[in-house]
This record gives sequence, structure tokens and C-alpha cells, in this order.
Amino acid sequence: MPMFEGLSSRLDGIFKELRKRGKLNESDVDAALREIRLALLEADVHYSVVKSFVARVRERAIGAEVARSLTPGQQVVKIVYEELINTLGEPGRLDLSGDPPHVIMLVGLQGSGKTTTAAKLALHLRRQNHRPLMIAADTYRPAAIEQLQALGRQLDIPVYSEGADVAPPLIAGRGVRAAGQENASVVIIDTAGRLQIDDEMMAELAAIRDRVHPQETLLVADSMTGQEAVNIAQGFSDQVGITGLILTKVDGDARGGAAISMREVTGVPIKFLGTGEKIDGLEVFHPDRLARRILGMGDVLTLIERAEAIEMDEAEALALEEKFRTASFTLEDYRKMLQQVKRMGPLSQVLELVPGAGEIMKQISPEDIDRQLKRVEAIINSMTLAERERPRILNASRRKRIAAGSGTSVQEVNQLLKQFRYTQRMMEKLSRQKPPANLRGLFR
Amino acid sequence: MLRDSLQRTRQAFFGRIATLLGATELDDQTWDEIEALLIQADLGIETALAVTEALRERVRAEGLTTYEQLREALKETLLSMLPEDVPSALAEPRLLTVILVVGVNGSGKTTTIAKLAHRFTREGWRVMLAAADTFRAAAIEQLQVWGERAGVPVIAGQIGGDAGAVTYDAIRAARARDYNLLLVDTAGRLHTKYNLMEELKKIRRVAARSVHEAPHEVWLVVDGTTGQNALAQARHFKEAVGVTGVIVTKLDSTARGGMVFAIGHELGLPVRYLGVGESLEDLQPFDPQAFVDGLFDE
Ligand SMILES: Nc1nc2c(ncn2[C@@H]2O[C@H](COP(=O)(O)OP(=O)(O)OP(=O)(O)O)[C@@H](O)[C@H]2O)c(=O)[nH]1
Ligand SMILES: [Mg+2]
Repeated sequence: MPMFEGLSSRLDGIFKELRKRGKLNESDVDAALREIRLALLEADVHYSVVKSFVARVRERAIGAEVARSLTPGQQVVKIVYEELINTLGEPGRLDLSGDPPHVIMLVGLQGSGKTTTAAKLALHLRRQNHRPLMIAADTYRPAAIEQLQALGRQLDIPVYSEGADVAPPLIAGRGVRAAGQENASVVIIDTAGRLQIDDEMMAELAAIRDRVHPQETLLVADSMTGQEAVNIAQGFSDQVGITGLILTKVDGDARGGAAISMREVTGVPIKFLGTGEKIDGLEVFHPDRLARRILGMGDVLTLIERAEAIEMDEAEALALEEKFRTASFTLEDYRKMLQQVKRMGPLSQVLELVPGAGEIMKQISPEDIDRQLKRVEAIINSMTLAERERPRILNASRRKRIAAGSGTSVQEVNQLLKQFRYTQRMMEKLSRQKPPANLRGLFR
Repeated sequence: MLRDSLQRTRQAFFGRIATLLGATELDDQTWDEIEALLIQADLGIETALAVTEALRERVRAEGLTTYEQLREALKETLLSMLPEDVPSALAEPRLLTVILVVGVNGSGKTTTIAKLAHRFTREGWRVMLAAADTFRAAAIEQLQVWGERAGVPVIAGQIGGDAGAVTYDAIRAARARDYNLLLVDTAGRLHTKYNLMEELKKIRRVAARSVHEAPHEVWLVVDGTTGQNALAQARHFKEAVGVTGVIVTKLDSTARGGMVFAIGHELGLPVRYLGVGESLEDLQPFDPQAFVDGLFDE
């Protein structure tokens, strides 16, 4: 769908025309805002929310002075971006003040990810030296209790349950009491998924609430949710009262506009993002990252920040670049580079931050790459410096020694050498290309 | 303010379109509002624009003026986005029909399989289930409970086991015990995860190797509250495992499931069933006309 390729590239055309003038006038702004509106709708932000958002941006933008360092177009994007961050709000912290046990209740639609999130949250809290206990209060979905118990066993975190034949408010009440006796400091209640229009089920949530007085009631919502997000958020907020949002399945490719809709109707902060099926796939929410994602700008800035954190020596970087260009890049350079990249986090995650990398990800497995990289490193580490600089000298017996030393096979060593030659050629090709136009425009 | 406008949208969805279309002058604002209503039904901006464009064209060409005419034209335009009469593999007689059920996490696959089992059993099929979600905690137990409720056998392996192997075992069991319809429950997976999509392809290959032309249908289960990502899901799953039909769940909510128009229009995939609740009976065959009507009714 070339039409929705990402806001930055679409705005490019408009920017070109805006480039010369000093102050943002009405027609410039409106032209840009039309694109912004489309981008937000495409990202599933609710229609009415888009409307009020665009109106706010318009107000701020018209007549705004264009900063010396920016083009008018960039100035509009900057305002949009800031307003989006404002709307998304500060990352919310869990309120765990007062006497333990602190009660956290998870609520949401069917299939939004509550049970998995309960376990992730428990692990997250234990890592902060809390003593979590989980309560299995979903007595409806078949095997929901077993699912929570299995997760509890896996994490060695206690799970309180009374089976599926007891009313959830009773289970929750007794579970919280048990938590006190078991010296747990936080209690996480997993409730059954329900539609916000199901009065009976919503009344049940209110009953649980009234029995255990949760300090936090978190709405767990699927980041792929469409226009329905406002109704969901409104419904849970009105009928149960919520203190925060957790957005799940953010590891997919949904733009996540539902987050804005839900924030706007409830006013409560987004507290966490669920970023994978693995039990540690829970991240503290960063408004700036999500804003970029919703705008379709990728997470370039995050990548840049991370890259900066590595503080790659400029001279070293230049030297590397030079080597790429002249194809005099050696295995030793390769190893150094791998180490740099590794410090940026698992490659699977780093790649996700790069705009356009989605295409690449479809063709190769990022997890595979991470595993592969470890083996590659082991192989290179088993080489002498001379071998790394001049792989040509690697005869059969050397290869055998390296395979043994790295716990791999000669085949794998051969494979790496082949791949390395390929990489060399690729690097050579890449270095001849210019960076994509939209990126250059953005970070001038 | 926002709440009021939502309330209004909810209450008078079709009413508003009716009023708009009944207005004497169809000005730009009217068209914008029609587009807005379509977007709020999750058609997505591109599809919403395509629909309003096509409708505009008809209004111009045919000189439609009455409210009735315009309403019908809008519905026809929407209907035309959905693929027509795609034949179902279930209509052809064979010894064993295999249906693979796929989708992202939590979309409703397992529950839908139970509903399908219930439905097909009543239609006279001998149904068996394969618990090929070996990944999610208690996924096997969940399907087993449903199997019991629907009165159909479930073939399962171990958690963490090989999903392809379970599928293979189930096919053998179905043959040996003379079952003629095998529904394979697979683990939820985001379409962007390479490894997991590869695993799904493997399940497909296992089925293809063991039964002629299997899987005979591959149904993608999509959560009806999903927005534009549904199209990406359909595209990727289709590419990876050749999805042949879509089932939209959770339409007992206030969501309208408008993304099926984009899926139908762009990928030519028919919707087969709608999930409208959590019990065995809550599955309806997809009726395009009723669905289009339901987009606007309140
Ligand atoms: N209201 C409603 N809930 C549904 C419908 N279909 C499924 N659900 C619920 O959605 C939740 C998830 O359903 P599952 O069948 O477990 O979904 P799944 O796709 O198998 O999930 P994973 O295997 O974890 O990916 C359960 O609580 C179901 O009861 C429906 O049509 N309406
Ligand atoms: Mg399932």
C-alpha cells in the first residue's frame, strides 16, 4: 500500500513547497494537516480523536515561528510530534504506596492478553524485589486457571485459585487475604475477558473491585484494536474505573493508534507495553517511541539514541566505513562490529526499530540471526589474529582446529567464510548507496 | 465533548447516513461525513475513500436523488467489495477433509474450533480436533475441555512438542477411526514473526504430505475489534499458508468488523463465519447482505 508508506515520506512533497517561508500560514498548515489526519486514521486513531487532535495542532501551528534550524514542514512535524507525546502522556508508574499487599487487578476484553500480562507483571515486580502472588479469577474460559498456574510454576510465583466453580469476587477476596498470610507484597488478579457492554459481567468486575479495593486497575488492551478502542476504554472506565493502560502485542506491526484513543477518553496513563510472548516481554512505556510509531516514522530516534550510548569512536567508525568501501574489511573488523551491534541489544529488537526493516524481517528470522551471531562470534574468536586479517590462509587443518575450538563444525566455518565474502560484497554495494531520502530530510 | 459525539455515532449510525443521503444537496461535507461513518466502522481510510468515490460516481452517472436509491447504492457498493460465491472445499466429497485454523494471539481460534466442531457434527460430519498449539500454557487443556463439550475427540501431544507431529498423529488417528473432518487448532502467532510463520508452513506441509490436497481449507480467525492491522494479518497469513477464508469473532461487541471489506477487496478472501459469543452456538454463517445492513443498524 504505497499510499500509506509512512508519514515522513508523504509529507516530503508538502515540505518541498513549504521550504522557503518564515512563518507558518494557514494554508501551509492545512495542507500538512490533511496528511497528518490520514496518517492518524490509518493508524487506527479514533475518528473523533483525530479531529480534536488535529484542531489542537492547527491552533498551535498557525502563525508559529519556524525555527532557524528547521524547514516549515519539519516545524509542523515537530508540533505534531510534541502534541502526540503530550496526548500520550508521561509513562505511568505503578502506585505501590501504603501498606502491602498492594492489589493490582487486570481487566479487559477477551483475548487481549490479561493472563500472560499477569505473569509478566509478576516477574517484573519480583525483579524489583516485590513478592508477588497471582489470583486466578477467570472461572469462565476453559483452562484459564491452568494457564495461570502453569505460568506461576514456570516462574516459581504462587498462584491462588479455588477452581472454576466459585464466584470470582469470593476468590479474589479470599486470595487477597491469603496473600497477607503468605507475606506477599503485591497481588495480581487475573480476571476473565469480557465485553464492556455485557452488564452482568461488568457488574462482576465492580463486585471484585468493591471486595478487594485494588490500588491499580489496569485495562489490558490489544494494540491492534481499531475504532472500537474508545468504546472499550470508555466502558471499562465508567463501569469499573481504571488507573492505567497496558497495551499488548506491540511486537507486531500494528501502528497502535488505539493507545491515543484510549488515553484521550480515559485520561489515565499508559503504564506498560507487552512486547512478546516470552515471559519477560514487558516494557515500561515510552511516549516518544509510541508517538513515532503511530506517525509511521519508525523508531529511528531510539536507534540513534542507542547507537549513541555505545559511543562508537568516530575515528573507528570512519575507519570501518573506509574499509567497507574499499572492501578491505576483515574478519577482525567483523568481530568488532558484531560486538558493537550486540551492545545495542538483541539484533531482533534492534532491527525492529529500523524503518523499512519490516521487509527484511519477513525474509529472515531475527531470533535465528541472534543465535547465528553467537556462533559466528565463537568461530572468529577461535581464529588467530592473522587468520582474521587474512582468511585466505585458512586451509583445511586450520579450519578443523577452529571448528573444534568453537564447538562448531568445519561446515559451519566454511559457511561463515562464504557468508563473510558475501557480506563484504554487500557492504561494498551498500556504501555506494545514499541513505533514504525521507531519513535525510528528517535528521538534517 | 468527545463522549457526546461518540454517543451520537453509536445511536444513529444509519440514521445519520439516511439523513445525509436524504439531504437535498450532497455537498462535500456530506461526503466527508459518509466517509467518517465508514471509517468508524473500521473500513480503513483507503477502503472508505474507495467506497465513497464509487458511490459518488454512481450518484453522478445515474442521477440518484431519493434517499432509498442512495441507501441501496451505498449497500450495493459495499457488497461489491466482498468476493462473490467463492466455492468451499467442504462441498467436495472426500474421505478426510482437513481444515487448518490460524490467526494472531487471542483472536478466538480455539473457541471458534469448538463452535465449528459443534456445527459440523450437527451437519453430519464425523469431527476430530488436533491440538497443534503446543506452545501456549494450557492451550491443550483448553481444547480438550471444548472437545468434551462439543462431544468430539481431541488428539494431543505434549506441551513444547512438535506441532507438525501432532498434526500427523491426528491425521492418522482420524483415518484409523474413520473421522472425515479434522480441525487443526494452531498456536496464536503474530504474522510478523518469521520463525512462527515457518512453523505454520511446516504444519501445512505435514498435512499436504499425508492427505491429498490437504489442508482443504485454511481459515484465518480475526478478532472483530481489530482495526487496520487485520489486512496485514490476512495478507501475511495468506502468503505463508494460503488462507482460503476468514472467520471474524467477537462481533457480539459494538465493533462492526468493517475491515473485512478491505480483506475481501484487496485479497479476495471470503468471510465464512462470524463469532458472536462464547458458547458453542455462537457462530453464524456469513451473510453479506445482513452484514452490510448491520454496519449501520443500531
Ligand atoms: N465475546 C466473544 N468472545 C469470544 C469470541 N470468540 C472467542 N472469544 C473469547 O476470546 C478469548 C480468546 O479465545 P481463544 O479461543 O482462546 O483464542 P485463541 O485465538 O485460541 O487464543 P491463543 O490460542 O491464545 O492465540 C476467550 O476468552 C474466548 O472466550 C466471540 O465471538 N465473542
Ligand atoms: Mg488457542
